[in-house]
Amino acid sequence: MTTSSGLEYQECGASGETQTRNGYLLVYLLLGVAFGYVLTRSEVLSWFRIQEMFHFQSFRMYGIIGSAVVTAALSVALIKRIGLKSISGEKISIPPKHLGSGIRYAAGGTLFGLGWALTGACPGPLFALIGAGASALAGTWIYGWLRPRLPH
Amino acid sequence: MTAFFNGEWPWYVAGPLIGLFVPALLIAGNKVFGISSNLRHLCAAIAPGKVEHFRYDWKRSGLWNLVFLSGVLIGGFLAAHSAAAHAIAISPATKALLSHQGIHDFSGVAPRELFSWHALLTLRGFVSIVIGGFLVGFGTAYAGGCTSGHAISGLANFQLPSLIAVFGFFAGGLLATYFILPFVIGVL
Repeated sequence: MTTSSGLEYQECGASGETQTRNGYLLVYLLLGVAFGYVLTRSEVLSWFRIQEMFHFQSFRMYGIIGSAVVTAALSVALIKRIGLKSISGEKISIPPKHLGSGIRYAAGGTLFGLGWALTGACPGPLFALIGAGASALAGTWIYGWLRPRLPH
Repeated sequence: MTAFFNGEWPWYVAGPLIGLFVPALLIAGNKVFGISSNLRHLCAAIAPGKVEHFRYDWKRSGLWNLVFLSGVLIGGFLAAHSAAAHAIAISPATKALLSHQGIHDFSGVAPRELFSWHALLTLRGFVSIVIGGFLVGFGTAYAGGCTSGHAISGLANFQLPSLIAVFGFFAGGLLATYFILPFVIGVL
């Protein structure tokens, strides 16, 4: 992707790039579907499970988070070791996070933790729950639509 | 096998499955797994206003993640429909403790006393849903990540900032669990 002239780059972006990008979008959609399914079925979005975790009354959540981190860490180490490229041919690299004074991580993290315990959901599950809520709405909508044809 | 698909997934199945999304997204397009960036992308897409933090090309940096997020909604929808709806089998100790605090509905993924349209009109429901949700959105933006971006992606890549954030997550969570929630459930 050379940027010798802005126009040339724009043209490339307009035709070729969007096409491939749209192809990848489907991959992200499917991965998202899988993630939403896994989050829901593993019950990590349950307020009850979060309470159980913060009261240290079950190993379950710690086991899930711990084994998720270990799996991810081993995968990342392996990817780095063999210098794997992404499907699109890019070299895989994870940008490091900037520490700074660290205050944002401590303060932001603590505020997030308060919300996590109150709602019983972090953003991933929060969105998956909206999915479950939307499903209730959809059910009501479908009922209204089918109503004239249903025996009462 | 049917029992496996219908029952509760053991932690050693659920955890590694969640962890695999980190390499999957890296391989798919060199993307770093993290859900909360989508809150920012949504703000940028819907109501950027004059706020500097939201003035950027969200389609370029975040479209893939918003698409991933749409998938999460669909996946949550599918799971809620496919799995036989059952009460979350929490430990008897937690159940007893929460009953004692004033939670009596254990039938869903969250107690209806706090999370329902009706509860939203009560003070304790408002605190749990609206204040809690706000803190999730504010905290995660401030910390630059949530449980997926920091606790999973960040820790897996041995990032010190993520470790600090995760300590924060637990400090806040414990604070809310031991000092705020008993008050919210029992008094409000």
